[in-house]
Amino acid sequence: MAARWTRERWRKLRVKTGFSIYYVIFLMFIYGPMFAMFVLSFQGRRGGTSFPMRGVSLYWWNKLLEPSTVGDMQGAMGRSIILALMVMVITAFFATMLAMAFRKKFWFSNVLFYTILTGLMVPGVLLSLGMAILMRQLGIPAAWYTSGLAVHVIWALPFSYLVMMAVFNRFDSRLEEAARDMGADEWTVFKEITLPLITPGVVAAGLFGFTLSYDEFARTTLLSGSYNTLPLDINASMTQRIRPTLFALGTASTLFSLLMISAFLGIYTILYRRSR
Amino acid sequence: MGPVRQCRIGPNFLKAAARRRHLMSKVNEYHHAGLIGGQPEADDKTVVAKIRHTEEGFSTAWLVTPASIWLILFLVIPLVSIIVFSFWENTPQGLKPAFSLEFYGEYFYTEGFFDVEAKRFLLPSVFIRTLGSTIYFTLTTMVLCLIVGYPIAFFLAMQVQAFKFQLALFLLCMVPFWTSYLIRAVAWLPMLGRRGLINQALLGMGIVDKPVSFLFYSEFGYTMALVQIYVVLCIGPIFFSLAKIPKDILEAATDMGATPFQIFREIIGPMSMPGVAIGMIFIFVVIMGEFATAVVVYGGKTSTAGTVILNYYGIANYPFAAVNALMLMLAMVIGIVVILRIVDIRKEL
Repeated sequence: MAARWTRERWRKLRVKTGFSIYYVIFLMFIYGPMFAMFVLSFQGRRGGTSFPMRGVSLYWWNKLLEPSTVGDMQGAMGRSIILALMVMVITAFFATMLAMAFRKKFWFSNVLFYTILTGLMVPGVLLSLGMAILMRQLGIPAAWYTSGLAVHVIWALPFSYLVMMAVFNRFDSRLEEAARDMGADEWTVFKEITLPLITPGVVAAGLFGFTLSYDEFARTTLLSGSYNTLPLDINASMTQRIRPTLFALGTASTLFSLLMISAFLGIYTILYRRSR
Repeated sequence: MGPVRQCRIGPNFLKAAARRRHLMSKVNEYHHAGLIGGQPEADDKTVVAKIRHTEEGFSTAWLVTPASIWLILFLVIPLVSIIVFSFWENTPQGLKPAFSLEFYGEYFYTEGFFDVEAKRFLLPSVFIRTLGSTIYFTLTTMVLCLIVGYPIAFFLAMQVQAFKFQLALFLLCMVPFWTSYLIRAVAWLPMLGRRGLINQALLGMGIVDKPVSFLFYSEFGYTMALVQIYVVLCIGPIFFSLAKIPKDILEAATDMGATPFQIFREIIGPMSMPGVAIGMIFIFVVIMGEFATAVVVYGGKTSTAGTVILNYYGIANYPFAAVNALMLMLAMVIGIVVILRIVDIRKEL
């Protein structure tokens, strides 16, 4: 029998529709500006940084590919990707090891927990400043692949760590018990049982690390040394006259971020399905 | 079903009242037992497995050491060194170890924080005022993020039924978090500028006859950009705490005749407070240390605590930069403590 349309149901439907409309407006609010930037990056040659469009062209995208337009764009992007890959590997390792350790209680587990989360709470400026002054005092030159890497890992680790904690929360340790009872040593248990089960989690933890490092600006400001990462380069190009090239760069960088996210989410889903 | 539901309150009023009293005590029970955010207790088997497990697995020391060393070297020591350096002296030869309060004095006394002759307080120093305006912007943005973000979290957790759909819509909100906030700040240029989309729309609709200039390089534009960039940070935690509310409590309340507003005030509101607090803490710490958006969207017309620190680093006055950083840290710690005082989030963790 079809449900009757009582007043209550009408009211619920109205509320739901209202919320749905609000949600759509909200999406327009958070995506709208990015979309406008995306459209404007195809601005015609004579167009400026605002609407209307004066023709459609790839002029500004081509400018992006030419060397020596706004600093060393391709180099900066390459450095950012390499740095993000290093951060990804290190955080995935650290996060997995930490989460495995936290399956048992140990005497400084509370202190360690809060220290890891401090990395999330401390503003980038403060950490950047502390590291920069310290390194200056010690006479160590800053570089994106040393000091930059150091603070990027501090920033990405809490996220990856929380992901791995969630993974191990749902982990059935009886499987490991069974393997041990059958005489497997610790390495075999890890390699044959634990690792295959947690791989999707490790990949997700790496995903966090990669994207967080790739987009990080504040923590790198004082610590990148003589070569810029991509966010620093974007910031530098903003102090000059703003041209649609910047929009093209922003669009390219955003698309790359989105590509990475969907790639990792895809891998995660596949592995998750397989592990079940 | 329909007719039965409609008459349930009328004739059986006394019965309903008794049920209501009973169920309200039930709600309180849940409340105090820490079911808000509390996790269901593990059954005996899991506990046994965990106890047995303590003797096995890799050694904790090996698992923990590399990350701990990294954290000490690159997080703890730099932060402690800010405190140390704030007391040092700045000489032309570089920093000299000392215990000097010179820069603290400068921080508080510049522009006559306390006028000795008149024996009264004057305007606070420019640094305190900058910190004050940073706090002001942060609080404004927090309130706006809560107003904008809470209904979204509520919609996702309460109105969307299918879990898959819920997750998809949630991810759609979270995607911008994984893109550069610098670029998202830049993206406001074509919207808010003098010839930006909003102005053009206003002109086109005939609301104004010349472009309004308060949109960009202004408090309005800055706050709007901050909300757009950081609102996702509070949607996540609020969504999770709303999703944890057992649906049968809400149904029980509806059956007892509670109005939606009552349900929100008595059950949903209090039970989502931990999520709200966590979201607010996230936004608070991020925006207090914010400096890039201020430069991009506010055009360097204003300074935040963050830009002041960078400026003094730029002119190589490291101890003063450290003093500023320390004051910022202090303000943040106080802010977090205040939020935690208001809301107990331990149940959530």
